[in-house]
Amino acid sequence: MKNTPCFHCGTDCTEATKLVFDQKDFCCNGCKTVFEILNESDLTSYYDFEKTPGKIPEEIQGKYDYLKNKDIVTKLLEFDSDTTSIITLSIPFIHCSSCIWILENLYKLNEHISASQVNFPKKTVRISYDKTAVSLKDIVLLLSRIGYEPDINLEHTEADKKTKTDKSLIYKIAVAGFAFGNTMFLSFPEYFEVDEFWLNQYKIFFRYIAFCLSIPVVLYAAQDYFKTAFKGLRYKMLTIDVPIALGIAVLFIRSAHEIITNTGQGYLDSLAGLVFFLLLGKLFQQRTYSFLSFERDYKSYFPIAVTKISGTKEENIQIYDVIKGDRLLIRNQELIPIDGIVIRGNTLIDYSFVTGEATPVAKQSGDKIFAGGKQLSGVIEIEAIKTVSQSYLTQLWSNDVFNQNKEEKFKNITDSISKHFTVVILIIAIVSGGYWYIHNPKIAIDVVTAVLIIACPCALALSAPFTLGNVIRIFGKHKLYLKNASVIESLAKINTLVFDKTGTITALNKQQISYEGTTLSSEEKEQLKAVLRGSNHPLSRSLYEFLPESKNTAVTAFTETIGKGVEGTVNQSNIRLGAASFTQAPKNDKHNETAVHFSCNETYKGKFVFQNHYRKGVYDMFEKLSKRFDMLVLSGDNEGEKAHLEQTLPKDTTLIFNQKPEDKLNYIQRKQRSQNQVLMLGDGLNDAGALAQSNVGIAVSENVNVFSPAGDAILDASVLDKLPKFLKIARQSISTIKASFALSFLYNSIGLYFATTGQLSPVIAAILMPLSSISVVVFVTLITNYISLSLRRP
Amino acid sequence: MSIIYFLISISLIVALLFFFAFIKAVKSGQYEDDYTPSVRMLFDDTIQNKTTKK
Repeated sequence: MKNTPCFHCGTDCTEATKLVFDQKDFCCNGCKTVFEILNESDLTSYYDFEKTPGKIPEEIQGKYDYLKNKDIVTKLLEFDSDTTSIITLSIPFIHCSSCIWILENLYKLNEHISASQVNFPKKTVRISYDKTAVSLKDIVLLLSRIGYEPDINLEHTEADKKTKTDKSLIYKIAVAGFAFGNTMFLSFPEYFEVDEFWLNQYKIFFRYIAFCLSIPVVLYAAQDYFKTAFKGLRYKMLTIDVPIALGIAVLFIRSAHEIITNTGQGYLDSLAGLVFFLLLGKLFQQRTYSFLSFERDYKSYFPIAVTKISGTKEENIQIYDVIKGDRLLIRNQELIPIDGIVIRGNTLIDYSFVTGEATPVAKQSGDKIFAGGKQLSGVIEIEAIKTVSQSYLTQLWSNDVFNQNKEEKFKNITDSISKHFTVVILIIAIVSGGYWYIHNPKIAIDVVTAVLIIACPCALALSAPFTLGNVIRIFGKHKLYLKNASVIESLAKINTLVFDKTGTITALNKQQISYEGTTLSSEEKEQLKAVLRGSNHPLSRSLYEFLPESKNTAVTAFTETIGKGVEGTVNQSNIRLGAASFTQAPKNDKHNETAVHFSCNETYKGKFVFQNHYRKGVYDMFEKLSKRFDMLVLSGDNEGEKAHLEQTLPKDTTLIFNQKPEDKLNYIQRKQRSQNQVLMLGDGLNDAGALAQSNVGIAVSENVNVFSPAGDAILDASVLDKLPKFLKIARQSISTIKASFALSFLYNSIGLYFATTGQLSPVIAAILMPLSSISVVVFVTLITNYISLSLRRP
Repeated sequence: MSIIYFLISISLIVALLFFFAFIKAVKSGQYEDDYTPSVRMLFDDTIQNKTTKK
């Protein structure tokens, strides 16, 4: 049978399952409906820009009812007047030009939407609509219906969500660049020192213009260097900013003195150039990923509102308004926002994201449930026993570790070298000044200032930002997104690796199934499949997918007992599937494995064992890394996988199970106390504390746009096996920085030769400074590109 | 030759105009989304072609 891709979403559809509409194949009703909607409004150009751009729309019944609540809507809106409202919605699915086109043509689908504008890098759409004619709920439903379900969560209601990006660095670069270009032209005639008539006549005019241009450079563009140098000195630290600030100040004062006393042209072009290059380095290091957030906490995971039941009435209230004793309604696939007790209904809860348990847990009425789990079956009612901020999961965020800023504690490589550098420069300045004071007191002061000018560590200050900036960019291309440059330096120092299990080294929603027991005939398989068809238990669903295709056999006397299993009669055989106790399984069974047992007519046949599916390349990666690092697996799950991991992972890997979120955090703290530099990789909310505590916390995520806990970096799960390469490149880039330091010291010694012998003319300064900076930048860029070539190889 | 004072002043004023235009462009957020406008520009053409064909 030939499979054809779905016209809308590209999923393969078989001859048997496909739906044909307008001579096009669709994999499911959802995709067909989207096409119909677009077809009605003449929007089928959607399919012209990209092939199969769409996504199967998800079932969302009742999910957005809370958008009827005015308070909630007001919190989400960006602008609100009597008639028009504007909202910015985040839509993680935005991925191609067709998406932009369809979202910007929303007004054709609903006439009350006046405009919509997509910001592609941020994956948001800004919609203006007539609020008297259409509600926010309708718009969200419309978007969901065409497969663009917006992501609305608690984070979006926070008041300070619109933190403006700081543009002052751009302005400073503009000022410095403007002054640099113009002073260069104005200084140029004097470099050749031609005693021409007209030059002599105008040079004073030129000098004063250059002087005026340099004032904003020193007072505005370079102000941060003075501030941080002063701050550093107050804490008795000789940061790289100290010699820079000193150099800028001396350059400006000496140039001003020369110009005012009419003794020379000064070094104003070098001054502006220096500030310009330094600021460019800062900009280059600041790589931001506008579609990612490194500061996420539970707020961006939790829903905004929840359905409260009071008497017979259902109403939507905000999560923060839930108080102890409230009765809440949780639908299928919804998150449990609060710790509570199940009042009505039996349920299965998927805690994989919160505790690391791989298998959903069955809960019955009267059981206590924790916030953060996903409800997987039917509709249940719970009674809140705490408020949101007091819940078991959210309490983790009250730990001090979330209020610390790792960057502040961190002393970077440039600063640690500049301490010695500054001292040496000051000694050279004093010694040469003293020497000339004895031999030729007239030029003593010139020599001292020349030393401070030429020693201004421009090349030195640029090597780290350009190396690290480039590495951040390269990593980003290979799907490791770093928060800032200092993460690379920390990565280079790591000696201990800690992995979470569920979702990090195993794939979520993917399980390997193996069968143990008497061999199954094809007839038995058929019977099993028939019984499983009626069950919605996640294990039943994956087992159903696992068994081979078969014809539809009728099942009679089908019953499902929550927490036990399913039972049914097929062709006069009574089939039971489920827990060990439900199927007369032998008693000596291992307790901690996930298995579905199976019996036919009261005789036990065997069991299907579910094993975690490990990500591709995980074993090789552990093998490679264990040669260099201490390896640990810290899991919140039970010990079911222990035997398997002991077998497959390198011998010296430490395996620890049943870890609560705080346990993980404390464990890492203990490791750090014994002088270890810890890298933590995790994916769930339960790892959030450990990620924050570790020296580098990397959040592993299958879809970086949707959600990942806060960390120093976000790694796309598909490239987890490249981790050894990333770590190696981080180490090599630090060596590159050190090599480029050597290069810039060389330039400094050449400059110091001119300075100490009293020959530093403006033209030498003007050549030497940009030359050293540019060659260092070129050097580090080439080297980092070279060392990262290994990432391209599979 | 005093024309040089005049010419340099003019050139500086022109340069300053560009400088302020740049600052204004940054302030208005033109550089915040540097991808979508480039795609959006192409859409209008395709739609028009479609309607004229019909």
